[in-house]
Amino acid sequence: MDLVTPSIGLVFWTLISFLILLVLLKKIAWKPVLSAIHERERSIEDALNKAEIAREEIAALTNQNESLLKQARAERDEILKQAKTLKDQIVTEAKASAQAEGNKMIEKAKTEINNQKIAALSEVKSQVASLSLEIAEKVLKTQFADKQAQETLVTQLLNDVKLN
Amino acid sequence: MEFNHIIKLKNFTTTTLLAVFLIFCSINTFAEVQLSHESDGEAASTAEEKFDPTVTILEHISDTHSWHLFGHTSIALPVILFTPNGLDIFLSSKLVNEHHQAVAYNSGKNTYLNEEEHIKILAADGEIDEEASAHLYDFSITKNVAAMFIAVITILLVFTKVASAYKTRYGKAPKGLQSFAEPFIIFVRDDIARPNIGYKYEKFMPMLLTIFFFIWFNNLLGLIPIFPGGANVTGNIAFTLVLSAIVLIIVNLNGNKYYWSHIFKPDVPFWLLPIMWIVEIIGIFSKPFALMIRLFANITAGHIIILSLVSLIFIFKSLAIAPVSVAFVLFMSVLELLVAFLQAFIFTMLTALFIGTAVEDHHH
Repeated sequence: MDLVTPSIGLVFWTLISFLILLVLLKKIAWKPVLSAIHERERSIEDALNKAEIAREEIAALTNQNESLLKQARAERDEILKQAKTLKDQIVTEAKASAQAEGNKMIEKAKTEINNQKIAALSEVKSQVASLSLEIAEKVLKTQFADKQAQETLVTQLLNDVKLN
Repeated sequence: MEFNHIIKLKNFTTTTLLAVFLIFCSINTFAEVQLSHESDGEAASTAEEKFDPTVTILEHISDTHSWHLFGHTSIALPVILFTPNGLDIFLSSKLVNEHHQAVAYNSGKNTYLNEEEHIKILAADGEIDEEASAHLYDFSITKNVAAMFIAVITILLVFTKVASAYKTRYGKAPKGLQSFAEPFIIFVRDDIARPNIGYKYEKFMPMLLTIFFFIWFNNLLGLIPIFPGGANVTGNIAFTLVLSAIVLIIVNLNGNKYYWSHIFKPDVPFWLLPIMWIVEIIGIFSKPFALMIRLFANITAGHIIILSLVSLIFIFKSLAIAPVSVAFVLFMSVLELLVAFLQAFIFTMLTALFIGTAVEDHHH
């Protein structure tokens, strides 16, 4: 029966010990320890969250970079294509215009040549005419100098006319 | 209430719990048989100096006024007595002679005799004055009180160091003693307080942590067979009585309207109410009462088993039995190491559970 009969002394000292322990531990241990653990857990959680966010950001950035790169590549290809078309176009145009210009010049040259030819011809003609006139004048002069011959000729001519 | 989580808790599977309880059942019976058998023989052999395990064991598990170390050496502890003639303080060594037999001691106010660890006042004729002894209140620093003080000092030293580690190593990973204490603190918080009490747990954390470590350290010190351990503090009904009384007060002081309406206005036909009141009021007291008995019985039983096993050597008066005894004692000590933690855990867990029912917001 002794075993299950609480003695007042031990009850009293246990109560005192427990209350002192509770008050002291609450002040010196539990409050700082629990708050420190809580703080640490929160900071770890924060760090993890931040790491997660950073990871996501990096992933987003990588994605963005990739899409930018893709876009840039596409743009480059597009520009190259455009340049090529433009070059082809310019070359074609240049060729065409050169052709046209050449043709025009040839045409012009032809016309000029023709004109020059005509002018030359007409000059030649007029010179020939004046030369002929001069020659004719001279011939006539010489012809008319000899009166006898003239009369002979006229007579001959007249004879011819009679024949007709 | 859901009790499942107690059993589902991390490593404590049902099987482990069952195994532990089964071991207790069997060895307890064994110990009882041993004890009763020996007490039968006691009457026949009082004349001889025969070894009596019952006396030895009960002596070891009960409280004493001096702390026996070894052989004829013991520490004298202060005896503090409130008597009708006033306060009396003297050392317990005054109550024994050089042969360690109880002798009468006259302090000037009264004459005392330590009669089987109950201090009595002797009348002038040398007989025990029962009337005066009934008004004698013994507040002595007994072996259990001293052991408890040692535990308190140990706990304070340990946790002062731990707390300072949290200051110096702020925000860093725990180290040394700190990393020993932290898992248990977190265990109490995450596996005992939070699941049972809910979001209001923070208010009760100092209480639960103090109960847990107070019981656990005392349990562990009780397992050490030599000074400063060896006292059966947590296996003393006075100790468990105080702790469960504190639990009773804390639970009922924090009971909210749902808790009290559950007790006084349970959902039953009105003519059943008087019966329910009786049942519920018994329930208020039976819960801490169970806490008190559980801790007391478990720790005392553990001490009795170990002492019985050691006693076997002296009962058989044979050294041949010693290896068997030592093997069993070793096994039991390891088991007691588990029980020391388990009982601290169960006490704290049930305290949290009772607080949880008292502060629960809405009832189902």
